[in-house]
Amino acid sequence: MTGDDARTKAGHGRRGFLKAATLGSAAAVLRPSTLLGQPRSGRSLGEGVGGYGDRSPFETTLRRVRGSRYAQAAGSLTPLQNLNGSITPSALHFERHHSGIPEIDPSEHRLLIDGLVDRPLVFSLAELQRMPAVTRTYFVECSGNGRVKWSPAEPDTDAQAAFGMTSCSEWTGVPVSALLREVGASAGASWVVAEGADACRMTRSVPLDKAMDDTLVAYGQNGEALRPAQGYPLRLLIPGWEGNICVKWLRRLRVVDQSYLTREETAKYTDLMPNGEARQYTFVMDAKSVITRPSGGQQLDEPGFYQISGLAWSGRGRVQRVEVTTDGGRSWAEAQLQDPVLPLAHTRFRFDWSWDGSETTLASRCIDETGDVQPSRAALIAARGTQSSYHNNAVQGWRIGRDGRVENVDV
Amino acid sequence: MSSRSLHAGIALVTVAMLGAGKVEGQTLLTGLGRLAVPSELETWGAIVGPDGAGLPSGRATAAEGRVLYDRRCAACHGLTGQEGPDARLAGGRDSLAGDQPRKTVGSYWPAATTLWDYVNRAMPFDQPGSLTSDEVYAAVAYVLFLNDLVDEQDPVDADSLPRIEMPNRAGFVDDPRPDVVAAQAPRP
Repeated sequence: MTGDDARTKAGHGRRGFLKAATLGSAAAVLRPSTLLGQPRSGRSLGEGVGGYGDRSPFETTLRRVRGSRYAQAAGSLTPLQNLNGSITPSALHFERHHSGIPEIDPSEHRLLIDGLVDRPLVFSLAELQRMPAVTRTYFVECSGNGRVKWSPAEPDTDAQAAFGMTSCSEWTGVPVSALLREVGASAGASWVVAEGADACRMTRSVPLDKAMDDTLVAYGQNGEALRPAQGYPLRLLIPGWEGNICVKWLRRLRVVDQSYLTREETAKYTDLMPNGEARQYTFVMDAKSVITRPSGGQQLDEPGFYQISGLAWSGRGRVQRVEVTTDGGRSWAEAQLQDPVLPLAHTRFRFDWSWDGSETTLASRCIDETGDVQPSRAALIAARGTQSSYHNNAVQGWRIGRDGRVENVDV
Repeated sequence: MSSRSLHAGIALVTVAMLGAGKVEGQTLLTGLGRLAVPSELETWGAIVGPDGAGLPSGRATAAEGRVLYDRRCAACHGLTGQEGPDARLAGGRDSLAGDQPRKTVGSYWPAATTLWDYVNRAMPFDQPGSLTSDEVYAAVAYVLFLNDLVDEQDPVDADSLPRIEMPNRAGFVDDPRPDVVAAQAPRP
């Protein structure tokens, strides 16, 4: 049985959610009244307390592993279409690893900061956790998120497949600025090379300005220690910038005088243009949004009320406005944003809608506080061609068929 | 004086120099972390810059690298670096503006030092860190040879590697975004 089958059977699946608005009175007729008014759970003792909580056995949504030759150099996608609010559960945070997830004993892990510094220092995790800390909510998005949208829309592509390489967490850690003050960056320092402790020693160059601005060395995620897949015990968190530069399993920061042109900022994570030139240091993630309910693969069971819900975010700042169309782009109206709207974080938007049963297309577009507007796919391709791989933030359309089936469509 | 107390001493001096009343919030140094000693730094492994910073001693030619490449690299990258199944390392010159761009070391990578750095830290995929410095130079020399960037007998070392002219060195431009003019949407 597939996960989808399991959810449907349990009545808590994505289809189940969409049925929920209509079940009420009908269910009271069809089901024995004792099940609704006097549920079995009220007549027998439940489970006792426990050490570490599990989700309900009825909740079965999972990350989806993207096909790859090696499980260690692969990605898994967050099921955005099955989530609520703006925080991604740590266990469902998307993954992208280049040489597997290392197992690291935190008592043996060290962070070395060296290079153009007055005092190269080695920090234990315990020492880092003694330092002044901050907690911030930020999304992390792979710059390849939305990559499928460089190709014409496949009807069966769902929100998870097209947008699942973004996740949002509350991160806790030490500002890199504080660490660089401890070591004393020398004159001439302009970049910081970050290196991970995984099997490829993932390495990226970070401009010193951004490192000193809002970059964290994070050890906490959603109240816990980082998950191993998210860099346990230590990762770089560079707000609003592509996920790859947020080096996981962070073991070294080397202060240097230029970009080090590592493999991941040259051969990869550069954006090829139609004229053969490639854009480099395309760090920022652009304004983006996606309707997650209803979205691809889901089913509207009958005409009537459905609240449209989705996520919007921008690496340039706060989401200022999200507009929704329910008529294939002929008209757009402003969606409600869930407060608080945090900069560089997922923002939940909602839009009340009543489906009249006719075929139509839904879509959303994000406008951030810098005025950056999420473009149409056609406008994006007109500017960049189809070979740039990364940073596709095109508007996502979902066509509602007369049968209520929701499919991926270009708008 | 131990390294820990030495660092703490520096921190105290620095704090004192900031002067009473001028120190705000959390700008005080904590004195946490211990001083790394030079001999220790070498054990952390190389990080190589485009000017050759961080390259160790050692040297090899493509002729010396051929056996190593065939044995340790070719299964994933192909005997000529063009067959795959994994990342294509050679060929693709002048393909970047076409419909099927092939981004290889020779056609795309802007710096030869990147190759040494990456092979040293990450290759072979299932045995990273297993090559000696000389072996990394040998593998690098052979991949450059497959791209017609060195001759078989050219010695590749810390001096020559940063000076190799990569064909696409000038092929990269800074990020011009926001660049999608048509994105300016009418207000509702």
